[in-house]
Order: sequence, then structure tokens, then C-alpha cells
Amino acid sequence: MQPQATYNYKVVRQFAVMTVIWGIVGMLVGVIIAAQLVWPELNVVEYLSYGRLRPLHTNAVIFAFGGCALFATSYYCVQRTSHATLFAPGLAAFTFWGWQLIIVLAALSLPLGFTSGKEYAELEWPIDILITVVWVSYAIVFFGTIVKRTVSHIYVANWFFGGMILTIALLHLVNSAEIPVLAAGILTPKSYSVYAGVQDAMVQWWYGHNAVGFFLTAGFLGMMYYFVPMQAGRPVYSYRLSVVHFWALIFTYMWAGPHHLHYTALPDWTQSLGMVFSLILLAPSWGGMINGIMTMSGAWHKLRDDPILKFMITSLSFYGMSTFEGPMMSIKTVNALSHYTDWTVGHVHAGALGWVAMISIGSIYYLLPRLFGKVQMHSVKAIEVHFWISTIGIVLYIASMWIAGVMQGLMWRAVNLDGTLTYSFVESVKATYPFWTIRLLGGVLFLSGMFIMAWNMLKTIAGGQAVNAPVLQPAAAH
Amino acid sequence: MSDFVSGFWSIYVTGISLVSIVGCGVFLWMQSTAKQAEGQTTGHVWDETLEEFNNPLPNWWRWLFYMTIAFSLFYLAMYPGLGSFAGQYKWSSAGEYESEMKKADAQYGPIFQKFLQQDVRTVAANAEAREMGQRLFVTYCAQCHGADANGQKGFPNLTDNDWLFGGTPEQIKESIAKGRDAMMPAKGVKPDMDAEQIKDVANYVRSLSGLAADSIRAQRGKEVFGTACAACHGPDGKGAIGLAPNLTDKVWLYGSSEATITETITKGRANHMPAFGEFLGEAKVHLLTAYVYGLGGGVAEPSAPSVAAPADVAAPNAQ
Repeated sequence: MQPQATYNYKVVRQFAVMTVIWGIVGMLVGVIIAAQLVWPELNVVEYLSYGRLRPLHTNAVIFAFGGCALFATSYYCVQRTSHATLFAPGLAAFTFWGWQLIIVLAALSLPLGFTSGKEYAELEWPIDILITVVWVSYAIVFFGTIVKRTVSHIYVANWFFGGMILTIALLHLVNSAEIPVLAAGILTPKSYSVYAGVQDAMVQWWYGHNAVGFFLTAGFLGMMYYFVPMQAGRPVYSYRLSVVHFWALIFTYMWAGPHHLHYTALPDWTQSLGMVFSLILLAPSWGGMINGIMTMSGAWHKLRDDPILKFMITSLSFYGMSTFEGPMMSIKTVNALSHYTDWTVGHVHAGALGWVAMISIGSIYYLLPRLFGKVQMHSVKAIEVHFWISTIGIVLYIASMWIAGVMQGLMWRAVNLDGTLTYSFVESVKATYPFWTIRLLGGVLFLSGMFIMAWNMLKTIAGGQAVNAPVLQPAAAH
Repeated sequence: MSDFVSGFWSIYVTGISLVSIVGCGVFLWMQSTAKQAEGQTTGHVWDETLEEFNNPLPNWWRWLFYMTIAFSLFYLAMYPGLGSFAGQYKWSSAGEYESEMKKADAQYGPIFQKFLQQDVRTVAANAEAREMGQRLFVTYCAQCHGADANGQKGFPNLTDNDWLFGGTPEQIKESIAKGRDAMMPAKGVKPDMDAEQIKDVANYVRSLSGLAADSIRAQRGKEVFGTACAACHGPDGKGAIGLAPNLTDKVWLYGSSEATITETITKGRANHMPAFGEFLGEAKVHLLTAYVYGLGGGVAEPSAPSVAAPADVAAPNAQ
């Protein structure tokens, strides 16, 4: 008999560990720029100034932390729900090293001032090409494994991961279409977008909003669909709901981008379409929340002493909250108040910290012991502490930004009896300082939680050893 | 509408938009008629324990979905969204802007209008006008000139009596309404000026206002100044309103260090104050003129440039 085949856990382990490391790096940069808003004198050199660190923060938390979490969980899920080991393991290893190289290049080039100036797509053209190569490899590994599966049905989590992979490829290629200035050289790259004016803005926010919709929503819904039912030990609430909300979500998200450009040079009709599709998006978004939370029915008691489930259920609550808030903010009259204020920043972090980070943290806590031959993490108590410290951090963060945002919106539109503005811009900046301080505190708390996680991870790894579980026969074959 | 290059694209966009919205509803309706068995699983099992219930769609969720679709169709019937169809309300963002501006003009216009009838000097002495002027100033001018109007590098101080383009009410008003452009060519009118000569001129320029300077260099610089700079700044370096700054006073727009003056001569300077006349309208420009005039440096007569502030000028805000 040949030795039994095992799942490829090596690449999962690598990505899982780097999720925690890059989480700390990305959030630390976030804390630094939050502190720079409170104490502007912390902008000591241009390399570490707010303007250069801010894109580093967003790229690090979205693509380094979030990206590694997606790679780890999708590679784990697609193997186990396909009952097959990863397709093209060499290519899978390449995606790990390639992705890490991209992250390191981002961490170097952004502080040095190389940027294409497109939000969430700042990296210059040589790195854009590298992203394309790694992402296509990821697609080959993922869909190759799906093709290899030994069960007839494709599990719902893989629909979401697959949808994310395809769409991100499309978004990246279209939005990053740029003309390189070859004379500038490959080591000091410079490029110009192929789009101009309002078309450029529209492509940018078609990309920007779908980066949220597919990278940060569809991908993490895939994570949710595997890890929530597994951790709860309950079947997914409704197969039908997953069908409807999957197709409705990936279809309507594509239209929602123009709500980032309300009251701009974008034609009125485009703004209106962006707004109504954002409203239609509410129900498809909530479909995922309902399916996740209702999966807990019959298992609510487990929440009492399972901090991993607490992370997951809280993440779904924040997901539901921010996907309600989003459509509301897309309504033109609400947007007239909220746009350009810290309310938007609060909204983004309700999604990024509350939903994306918490579901990732819960899933990584699920994964780590299984990848290192342990029954559970080194310290369950530490997970509990991590949960509470990060929950308090998020609440401080978003509550302060809500208040700050509404205050700014009201100050900017306040007029005197003669029609002149009541407040100059700098007065609204001054009034925001206390809230920026509270936000900094919230960020510090969330970052502290990540350090607890790193300690817990190191202890778990030290006390265990890398294992690769055997490939299971599909249940139907029994 | 100019958003489309031909009528075809309007129809194309309208068609896709309607099919997409209605399609969401049709898809939802079709899926909710599919066979469901509450509390039972679909029979598929993955990874030993992973199953799915075949529960029906929650009713409240289904109706929420239908309602957003219905609202969207209603909204698109009322507001612009379907190609070049303007919507029943004939609303447009440009139209809303215009009607709000009209309303504001009707409401606030008379408040400003009453000062437009008055002479700038009279307005500058009026406490109410000063407060209104200050509010306009911190909104539109403070970004460059500072909330206290003391200026910063490249942006003139408005509280002293040194004027680049003149401090009479008429000149200030022209600066605000039409903006100003200023350009000093690199190396003046002597493009072959070498680095040594530039240093000499810089020392000479410093000596003009009594700053420490190398006297030998200043001596040599004086000659170069005569050919390269005097055409605008005058043989005595006193400049002229609207042409070139006075180099003999102690007011410096970019800085008085030898390094900065060397940079100014080597690279030249270009500066621009945007025009606010069309944007703010005559009445607000009038009020701002009075405010700036009253800051302390206002000049009574055009023939008296850079003379100490006349005592008869109302200068209530002078520190």
C-alpha cells in the first residue's frame, strides 16, 4: 500500500502565521498615523509622514493581513471540502513567496514615495505585474483543486472564494491599466493611468468599492461559510439563502461604486444608479449575516465558553451593522452630510476591524492548533482576553468617529445669519482632536490584542509540531 | 444631455439598468418558489460534518429585498438615472445648486448689498462689516494668508503697509477680484549671470536693507544689479508698485537669508493669487476689500506707496 495522501498544510501554515505578523505590522502603522493626527509633530521625516504611511497602512491591513488570511483559509477550505490535496503544490508555494515579496516591496516603495496615486492600488507598475502573476497562480491552484475534487457538489464557501479570485483579477487589470514611464527605470518606477478625468475617478471607485465588495466581503464570507459551521458544529442555516445572496451580492456590488462620487462631476444618472444599487445591496449583504448567525441556532450556549465563536458571531454582527450603514450613507442626502468626514473612516473600520479582522482572527484561532497537531490554542483564556480587548477597541474607534464625523458635517454646513460659514475648516479640525485621541486609544487596544494573539500563536507552535492531516474520503463513499 | 455621444447609449444604459434591477426581483421570486424542507439538510456532506439545512428564505428578508427593488424603480422614475431620462421631478444636481444659490442670494444678498453702496473707508470703520469681512476672510483667504492675515513664505502679510500691488481700496479690490500674477525671471535680464555674480548680487541686495553682507561682494554686486535687476527693481532697489518689490525695506516674501536670495536670483520666482470676483460676487469682494484695507496697512492715496500708514486711515484692527 502506498502511504496515505495528506492535505497540503504547509502553505496554509505559512500564510496563517504571516496573517498574524502582518496584522501587527499593518495595525501598528495605523496606530502611528492615528497618533500623527493627534500630534502632528510626529511627522519627523518625509518617509514616515502621514501621507506616505497612510497608503502603507491600508495596503498592509487589506492585502498583507487580509490577503494572507484569505490565502490560508481558502487553501485549507478548498482542500478539505474538495477532499483532495492542493493542485500544483509548487505553484501554491510560489503564491506564498510571491505574495510576501509584494508586501515587502510595498513596505519599501510606499514610504520612499513611489505611488501611482490610485487609492488602495498605489503600488507602481512592476509590482502590479507581480501581483498579476501571483494572482493568476492563485487562481490556477484554487480552481485546479476544485476540478480535482472527489465530491460532486462545490461547497458554498468555495463559491465565494472563487468569485473573489475571479473578480479581483478583473478589477486589478482594469483599474491598474497604466502607461509606464520607461525612462524612469524599473527601480524608480513611474506610470500614468490610461484613464483621465471623471472616467478615471469612476474606474477608481468601481475598483475601490469592489475591493471592499469582493476582497473584503465575498472572500471573508467564504471564510465565514466554512469556519462558523465547523466551529459551531451546526449545519449552515439555509442553502437556498446562500444561493440567492451569493448571486445577488456579486451582481449588485459591481454597480455600487458611483456612491463614492456623489455631488461631483460624475453625471447625475451614474450617481443615481450607484445609489439605488447600493440600497438593493442591503438584502444580499444581510443574507450572509443571517446565514451565519442563524447557523448558531441550537448552539447558542456554546458562546458562553468558546471565545472563537464569540469572535465569529461578533464579526457577523459588525458585518450586518456596517452593511446597513453603507447603503444608508449611499443615499445622496445622507452622503451630503457624511462625505469627506470621519464618519466614513468609522464606517470603514466597523467593517475592517469588526468584520474582516474578527472573522479572520476567529478562523486563524481555529486553524493554528489543527496545523500544529494540537487540540486547542496554548491559552483559551488569552483568546477570551483578546476578544474583549479588541471589542472594546472597536467600539471606542467607531463611536468616536461617528461623533466626530457628524460633528464635522454639521460644522462645515453651519451658516451665519449673513450666509457666511460659521466655522472655518481649521476650527473643525481643532474640535476633532478629542475624538482622534479616543480613536487612537481604540486602535492601541486592538493592536494590543494582536500582540496577545502572536504570543499565543508562538506558544502553540512551540508546544506542537507541524502536521498534515490525511485526505478524507467523501462521506457519500462510506 | 451631453453625457451621451449618441441616443443609442442612453437606450443601452437604460435597458441594462432596468433589466438588472427587475432581474434581481425575478431571480428572488424564482428562488423562493424552489422546493424547501424546513429543518432538513440538503443531504450533501463535506469534510465529515459540514452540512446545510434546506430552510426557506426568511420572509422578512425576502420582503426587504423586494422593497429595495420597488424603491429603486420608483426613484429612477422620479430622478435622473435611466440614461438621459430626466425623471418626473426634473431634478438635477446643477439645477439644485442654481436654485439654492438663487435662494441664498435673495436671502443674504441685501445684507451685503447695503455695504456695497458705501465707500470702502466707511465700510472698514463699521464694526458689523468688519465681523462679516473676517468671516469671509477665514473661509476664503486664511488658507494662504493665515487667519491673522500675517501671511507666510510666498504669501504676503496683509497687516503691514508694504504693498506689492498697491494698498488703496481700488488696488486691493482689483487684487481680490481679478487675482494677481507675478513672475521674476531667473537671473533677471542677464541670463548669463554666473554663480559668483549671483552671490555678489545677493550680498548687495542684503546690504540694501542694512543686513550683514560681504562689502567687497556687495560692491561688485551693485554693478551686476544695475544691468540685471534695475530694469524692474529700479537703480535704487526701491521697486515699483505692481512691477517689482521694494528691496530696501525689511519685508521679505520668500526670506532674506543669503541662501534664499541666491535661490530667488538663480531660479526666479513665479506666484499667483487666484481671482475671486466671479466666485464671490461684487458685494462680498467689496466687504473683503474693506476688511483687508482696515487691517492696518491701508493706503489713502495711490501716490503714496510704502510710506508709513497715514494717520487719518481707519485702522481699527491694527495691533
